[in-house]
Amino acid sequence: MYIFYVLLIFIIIAAIIAIETKNLLSAVICIGALGFGASLMFLFLRAPDIAITQIVVEVLGLIILIRSTISRDLTFISGDKEFFGTVISIVIIFVIFLAGVKVFETMPDFGTAIFAQVSEGASQTYIKEGLQNTGAANIVSSVILDYRAYDTLGETTVLFTCIIGATVILRKKAKKLLEEPDL
Amino acid sequence: MKGMTIIVKTISSWVKVLIVLFGIYIILFGHLTPGGGFAGGVILASSYLLIMLAFGREFVQKDLPLALDSKLDCLGALLFAMIAVLGLVLCDKIFFANFLYQEYLPGKAFDLISAGTIPLSNIAIGLKVGASLFLVIFLLSTFRRDTSVNR
Repeated sequence: MYIFYVLLIFIIIAAIIAIETKNLLSAVICIGALGFGASLMFLFLRAPDIAITQIVVEVLGLIILIRSTISRDLTFISGDKEFFGTVISIVIIFVIFLAGVKVFETMPDFGTAIFAQVSEGASQTYIKEGLQNTGAANIVSSVILDYRAYDTLGETTVLFTCIIGATVILRKKAKKLLEEPDL
Repeated sequence: MKGMTIIVKTISSWVKVLIVLFGIYIILFGHLTPGGGFAGGVILASSYLLIMLAFGREFVQKDLPLALDSKLDCLGALLFAMIAVLGLVLCDKIFFANFLYQEYLPGKAFDLISAGTIPLSNIAIGLKVGASLFLVIFLLSTFRRDTSVNR
C-alpha cells in the first residue's frame, strides 16, 4: 500500500521538475522517470499487460525525444512566463480539479473491486464466462479482441489515419533527403 | 549518417535478434500470457529503431524500404478488417464474431492454437502497429533534419 504513495510522490515531483526546468534534455529525462514510475505502479497493481505496453512505449518515445532534443541548438528555454496565460491555466486546472473531486467521490475505495457496488456489471460476465465464450486464457486479450473488438478497430483506424496524414505530408521531403548524401 | 562506432554496431547486431524474437513471442502468445498485438508491435518497431540508430538510415532503407513498410501497414489493417467481415459472413451475421472458436476450430484452452480468431487479430495488429510506428519514426527523423537545414 505504501509503495503506491511513494511512487505517486515520485511521479508528481518528476512532473513538477519536467515543467519547471529550463534545460530541455533534463525535462525529457524527467518525463522518462515519470513513465517508468507509472509502469512500476501498473505492475504493483497486477496489470502486467498495461505495464509492458507502458514501458515499451516509454522507451520508444524517450529515444525519439532525446534524439530530437540533443541535436537541436535550442536546448535552453529563456524568458519569463506571461501573467495572463498563467492565470488562465491556473483557473482551468482548478475547475478540472473540482470536477475530478466530484468524480472520485463516486468511485469505490482503493483496493475494493467495483462489483462490490455494482453487482451485475459487465465485468462480472467477462470474468466468469470469458474462458468459455472465447477460449483465451488471457482475459485482457479476450476483452479487447473479442467482446470489445469494435473499440480496437477504432483505435487501429485512428492510427491508420495518422500514418496516412504524416506520410502524405512528409514523404516527398523524405524521398528528396534520401537521395542526397548524408552526414 | 554513417552510424555509430564499431562497438555499438557489433552489440546491436547481436541484440537485435533477441529483440525481434521477444516481439514475435509477445505477439504469438498474446492470448495466453500478458502482452498482445500492440506491445509486440512496438517492440518490433523499436528493434528497427535500434538498427537505424546504430547503422544509419540508408542501411535500414535497404532492409525495409518505405514502400514495403507502408504495404505491411495496409496489410495489417486489411487483415484485421477481413477477420471482422468474415465473422459477419460466416457466423450469425455478427460483426467481429469469433467464428473460428464457435464453429470450426474450438481448440483446447491454454494451448497455443486456441481461442479462434484472437491470435490472428493479434498478428494483424502487431504487423500494423510495428510498421506504422516505424514509419512515423523514420518520417519524423527525416523531417527534423530538413528543418535544421533550412534554418
